[in-house]
Amino acid sequence: MISLFSIQRMIPGRVKADRFNRTWMFAWLLVIVVLPLAIAFGLIWKSSLLFEDHSLIEMIVSSEWKTLSGKFGFLPFIISSLWVTFLALIFAGPVCLFSAIYLTFYAKAIVLKMMQPVIDILAGIPSVIYGVWGVVAIVPIVSKYVAPVFGVQTSGYTILTGAVVLAVMIIPFILNIIIEILNTIPKELSEASLSLGAGKWYTVKQVVLRKAFPGVVSAMGLGLSRAFGETIAVLMVVGNVVHIPKGIFQPGYPLPALIANNYGEMMSIPQYDSALMFSALLLLTIVLVFNLVSRFMIIRYEEKFR
Amino acid sequence: MKKNSGKSFKKTRLKYEEYFFRWVMFLSNYIIALILGFIIYTILKTGIPALSLEMITETPKGGFYFGKEGGVLNAIIGSLYLGLGSTFLAFVVGLPVALFMNTWLMNKKRTVNLVRFILDLLWGVPSIVYGAFGFTLMVLLGLKASLLAGIIVIALLILPIMIRGIDEGLKNIPKGLYEASYSLGSTKSETAFKVMMKQTMPCIITAVLLSFGRAIGDTAAVLFTTGFTDNIPTSLSQPTATLPLAIFFQLSSPIPEVKQRAYAAAVILTAIILVISILSRVFTYRYKKHSIKF
Amino acid sequence: METTHFSSSLLEDKNEADASIQNKETTYFYRKKVDGANQETERNKGEASKIEVRGLNLKIKNKVILNDINVKIPRNKITIILGPSGCGKTTLMKSMNRLTELYPEMNVKGEIFIDGEEILNSRRDVTEIRKQMGLLSQRPYPLPMSIYKNVAYGLKISGRLKKRFLDKRVEHYLRQASLWNEVKDRLRDPASGLSIGQQQRLCLARGLAVDPDIILADEPTSALDPISSQEIEKKFVELKNNYTIVMVTHILRQAARIADYVVFMYLGEVIEQGPANEFFNNPKTEITKAYLKGSIN
Repeated sequence: MISLFSIQRMIPGRVKADRFNRTWMFAWLLVIVVLPLAIAFGLIWKSSLLFEDHSLIEMIVSSEWKTLSGKFGFLPFIISSLWVTFLALIFAGPVCLFSAIYLTFYAKAIVLKMMQPVIDILAGIPSVIYGVWGVVAIVPIVSKYVAPVFGVQTSGYTILTGAVVLAVMIIPFILNIIIEILNTIPKELSEASLSLGAGKWYTVKQVVLRKAFPGVVSAMGLGLSRAFGETIAVLMVVGNVVHIPKGIFQPGYPLPALIANNYGEMMSIPQYDSALMFSALLLLTIVLVFNLVSRFMIIRYEEKFR
Repeated sequence: MKKNSGKSFKKTRLKYEEYFFRWVMFLSNYIIALILGFIIYTILKTGIPALSLEMITETPKGGFYFGKEGGVLNAIIGSLYLGLGSTFLAFVVGLPVALFMNTWLMNKKRTVNLVRFILDLLWGVPSIVYGAFGFTLMVLLGLKASLLAGIIVIALLILPIMIRGIDEGLKNIPKGLYEASYSLGSTKSETAFKVMMKQTMPCIITAVLLSFGRAIGDTAAVLFTTGFTDNIPTSLSQPTATLPLAIFFQLSSPIPEVKQRAYAAAVILTAIILVISILSRVFTYRYKKHSIKF
Repeated sequence: METTHFSSSLLEDKNEADASIQNKETTYFYRKKVDGANQETERNKGEASKIEVRGLNLKIKNKVILNDINVKIPRNKITIILGPSGCGKTTLMKSMNRLTELYPEMNVKGEIFIDGEEILNSRRDVTEIRKQMGLLSQRPYPLPMSIYKNVAYGLKISGRLKKRFLDKRVEHYLRQASLWNEVKDRLRDPASGLSIGQQQRLCLARGLAVDPDIILADEPTSALDPISSQEIEKKFVELKNNYTIVMVTHILRQAARIADYVVFMYLGEVIEQGPANEFFNNPKTEITKAYLKGSIN
């Protein structure tokens, strides 16, 4: 039909602008996709100096750390990191799992509504605040109350302290993922079990957890990788002594703390600089591998229910 | 008879098991809430006595590590500069990328999922690695430790959060709205920036606030890149203090007055984070009114 | 028919035109459209049908959704695409304004002519093609903005306009969709606050504002209550004088109420098409008879 109001002025500019937008947006997307590679290459490039006279195996197996004489053994740091990280996961893992089950299957809707801000705030608190909390609260508790029970004398700056602080930090992270995982399980499944007369916990144990197992494991994996890279809070409470820790009441020196603590001095010795960049690379590799595996597991898990 | 009693034994055992685990779950859940309370209590208890007008209106005097006088104004302002700058940068890059992924690449599900995967990986990269990378980049570009360097590094750090946050909102928009917009003759740009952006406004606000919180609270990435100073920066090329760095450096001081500054800074930082958390709830609620519910 | 509308719109717009002698934009549109109108009538004289689909095939992977569709849709009539659900009605309609492009899995082949111009494989900008057609979907999708802006949206993307001019247009199209009286006091409120029936009429107003020749409606009443449905139907009957309306439905009674022309589809094929009278009173094929009796659903 013919209308008087028609405004059919052709504006090729609109279409041109659209094409232009597509181009620059695509460019930005490319930059972001390439970013992880750039980070990896940057670190590899900077740490290549170290490889000139040190072999990878030697550095990872050796525990001798004498920067002035060029001896870079990363073993103490790796072991410390493993101690702190796994201990943290042992603390946080069960709490998260049980809490998630409680929130998804047992609690009233209002409890979840109240807990959501709690989880969000815990996730939002900066790590340096966790560090202050650790120094002010956890360190004295460990040195005054916990260590004496086990007959140990310590300043409180120990692997255990680091692990406790770290555990609290990764709780919101793991908890959120597990809640999400549990929510993907079809309600009909647990209803079927309940209608057969099984108890609630029995249903959770036999049906829900069995189905969600891969998802829960990958949530833990993600938590582990998050914990592994956490720097400041751990650094503030863990003691930072270069040695291979033999118990949870000894101080440790995790990999991220090594980088953070020495950034000022490293400029003077090129190999030292290179060694720190190598530890960053090591950290990146470990974290990415954990992440990669866990995320793949989650994706495959979610596909199963779609 | 025997069989029967075995059965009932199993039943009672199950009952106790149910009872036991219900308690474990209950405790696990409330322990998390208690811990948050404990953290906030600790920070307030040490920090409130240290707070004074001087603390938030003056810069430290006589060096941040030794001087007993002054406050943490330099860190407050520095943190705000850094947080706003990097959030702005990340937003300007992140929003178009998220829109691009969901509008132009709408038909390329595999590509988009790959990008999402990469972003999730990037999110998992520890901030200390960003710091090290940023430092390398800085040296390469001949930049000195400065506000600008910090802004760039933090922007990279929060970019994945920003994009994925917005993307989560865009992902759930039904195809019907795209069809409606296209059938009116809009181009993809118009659909993206006029319709989809508005529809996902609550998610954008949340993503921005979340990113800002992350930006203002991060320590490890700025440790290498912003330097530290007692002064308030007046240009992008000057080094700057930030609240997390002020806490980190001053807490390790042997002088009690300096430590007080760290405690005060911790209260301020925590308060900022809490305010952000509340704001994001309020804004999400308010901006929902234009979004069409599906 | 066209002339009547012409003069009525002239009357309605007399004040506006008088007041905006200075407004170059308006006069420009005015003149241009009159020229364009003449041209269009010239060109259209030879064409009996508004839309013609020739040999349209559509596959998803290896599954045939539409098989060799040939349809002629008459000008200024209500054409109903009828058929049981899942027979490809909606898909056929979406290919008419190339929304099938949003679904990468769909493989479209064939030709569609609008006013004798091929559009499926056309080099013309797809947004210009889509502007010729307003779309009403199964459930209303108002844009996430105010009621006013929803209607102004289409006008605005076509060019920068004076506010007063815009106000007039918005009012006009809201009136056309019989929504004006209900919303005139809350034009700045979000569209999401309207009832679903109002939302659908808002979508109609929004579609009309782009000034299309064709209205595509995909079961526009399926989400609405009976009264709102009736209003939409009534509106369509009013609008058909000036628009070519294509509507998809699976409700036989609705088709019988308003159809001028019927295209009956079954399992991805067009079984029968023709004027409504003939279709309902004298169906030619067995399948159609069975469907009209209600034994196919």
